[in-house]
Amino acid sequence: MARTILEIRDLEKVYDGGFTALHAVSLDIREGEIFALLGPNGAGKTTLIGTICGLVQPSGGRVTVAGHDTATEYRAARSLIGLVPQEVNLEPFEKVINTVRFSRGLFGKPRNEALIEHVLRQLSLWDKRDSQIRALSGGMKRRVLIAKALAHEPRILFLDEPTAGVDVELRRDMWEVVRGLKEDGVTIILTTHYIEEAEAMADRVGVITRGRLLLVEDKDALMSRLGRKELVIELREPLKAVPDELAGHGLEVLGDGRLLFTYDTQAERTGITRLLAAVQASGLHLRDVETRTSSLEEIFVGLVTEENGADQSGEAAP
Amino acid sequence: MNLRAIAAIFRFEMSRTFRTLGQSVVSPVLTTSLYFVVFGAAIGSRIQEVEGVSYGAFIVPGLIMLTVLQQAISNASFGIYFPKFVGTIYELLSAPVSFLEVTAGYVLAAATKALMIGLIILATSFFFVDLNIAHPVWMVAFLVLTCLSFALFGFIIGIWAQNFEQLQMVPLLAVTPLVFLGGAFYSISMLPPAWQTVSLFNPVVYLISGFRWSFLGLADVPVGWSLLAITAFLIACLATVAWIFRSGWRLRP
Ligand SMILES: Nc1ncnc2c1ncn2[C@@H]1O[C@H](COP(=O)(O)OP(=O)(O)OP(=O)(O)O)[C@@H](O)[C@H]1O
Ligand SMILES: [Mg+2]
Repeated sequence: MARTILEIRDLEKVYDGGFTALHAVSLDIREGEIFALLGPNGAGKTTLIGTICGLVQPSGGRVTVAGHDTATEYRAARSLIGLVPQEVNLEPFEKVINTVRFSRGLFGKPRNEALIEHVLRQLSLWDKRDSQIRALSGGMKRRVLIAKALAHEPRILFLDEPTAGVDVELRRDMWEVVRGLKEDGVTIILTTHYIEEAEAMADRVGVITRGRLLLVEDKDALMSRLGRKELVIELREPLKAVPDELAGHGLEVLGDGRLLFTYDTQAERTGITRLLAAVQASGLHLRDVETRTSSLEEIFVGLVTEENGADQSGEAAP
Repeated sequence: MNLRAIAAIFRFEMSRTFRTLGQSVVSPVLTTSLYFVVFGAAIGSRIQEVEGVSYGAFIVPGLIMLTVLQQAISNASFGIYFPKFVGTIYELLSAPVSFLEVTAGYVLAAATKALMIGLIILATSFFFVDLNIAHPVWMVAFLVLTCLSFALFGFIIGIWAQNFEQLQMVPLLAVTPLVFLGGAFYSISMLPPAWQTVSLFNPVVYLISGFRWSFLGLADVPVGWSLLAITAFLIACLATVAWIFRSGWRLRP
């Protein structure tokens, strides 16, 4: 297994005014992975990134980047980190290429025009290099933020909702860029509201809500949970128990008297044919059949609402 | 020491200065020329001499100080307030730089611009009055020290300010009156004794007095005191900035 490049231990943040945005969050990020942090609005994603990157003063806990403590060895730690913030924070009157050069200089790296050109081309910004930032579209501005972060060759890249407000095509381009970075060995931590995005990109997924990390799992494991589908069978007469004729199919009886069959869409045999044949042979009358997907979204929404209970204040992810 | 970061900030700030060079130079030159016309020509024709020097020449050091102080403060305060305002401060906070480097970058840029304008005004004043500078090296030293220390002071104001009103408030309500009462246009010795004593609590008196001494060889207070006062102010500002960055005051929630 790859070594841990970012180690977060019991990280806490209490904002002035007493609001606790992070409750003792611990997390290990492996070198070279893409980690997706999912969570509803106000879950603490940006706060978590901010405390790691030096934007927010942590109230407790410890973070190390490649073994460097972010508090005591901040120079070594921060020089490895690139940050793409959620908000489009850019100086409107500055030229694209100057602000990208500035980022590189600020991180103490020597001039390297070839690299700047490479980064700008990679993000389709080369033609816009001499434009003022205010003359760019929203999606372009977002890419300028990414270019600024890449200009100093980070080993770890934080992308705080990189595809918010970006159209579908551009989103796919951005995913390509992120995959390319992963190939270069960059570790990537991205936050998103889009489960689809986590599915498409991530090696591992973490779910955070109300400042607590609820789940961290390999995406594949999550996907196999995800791959499960449910078949609901309604018979003419509601059932109290699974009929003997249908025993051995792993059926459950739902509260409303319908039958629930869970199967794996990725499996060689789903068992649907066998089940339906058995139903027919038993002489029971089918009234309706319905299939449902238990998606990552459902798992996610389930987790979040479970945690938040009735007094849910933030909105769930789309 | 991340010298490249200092250079990057300095270059970035100076490019902003040069982008708006017209307005940043024209306005102080115009204002100063007006002062010369009003104070030097109109009033000066009645006052004629202060301590053996023509009134026009007497007010030159004060006029330069007035502009340089305003420029140093407003450049530096705006320089750091603007990233806070548009949000680009995130980059400074997440970069591998210490408070010293960030401060050095912004303050050096603001001080350089103030110095440039100070020298331009000095050049302008040669059109209006006969001037000879008694101690040129000291004159430059005072000018540079003033630019640096007040740029630092402006930097602190920029961090402290949470809106544009606050950004303007200190220069307008504190600095300008202190300069006017600091002997920019008169000698402290022209005041009644009681007011002379009060004036000694005005830090700008020491600045202007020292600066005027470098031009004319005349001073309201001993030159050593002037140097001491401005150095003490510089150190106090540095200490404040160090504390701000360590505590994250007004920068890190
Ligand atoms: N500077 C601050 N002062 C006080 N509370 C804050 C501050 N910044 C964030 N919070 C609170 O902390 C909580 C977490 O905010 P955060 O921005 O980390 O959420 P998020 O997960 O990034 O949400 P989103 O998906 O909307 O970006 C929110 O309840 C927010 O109101
Ligand atoms: Mg956020």
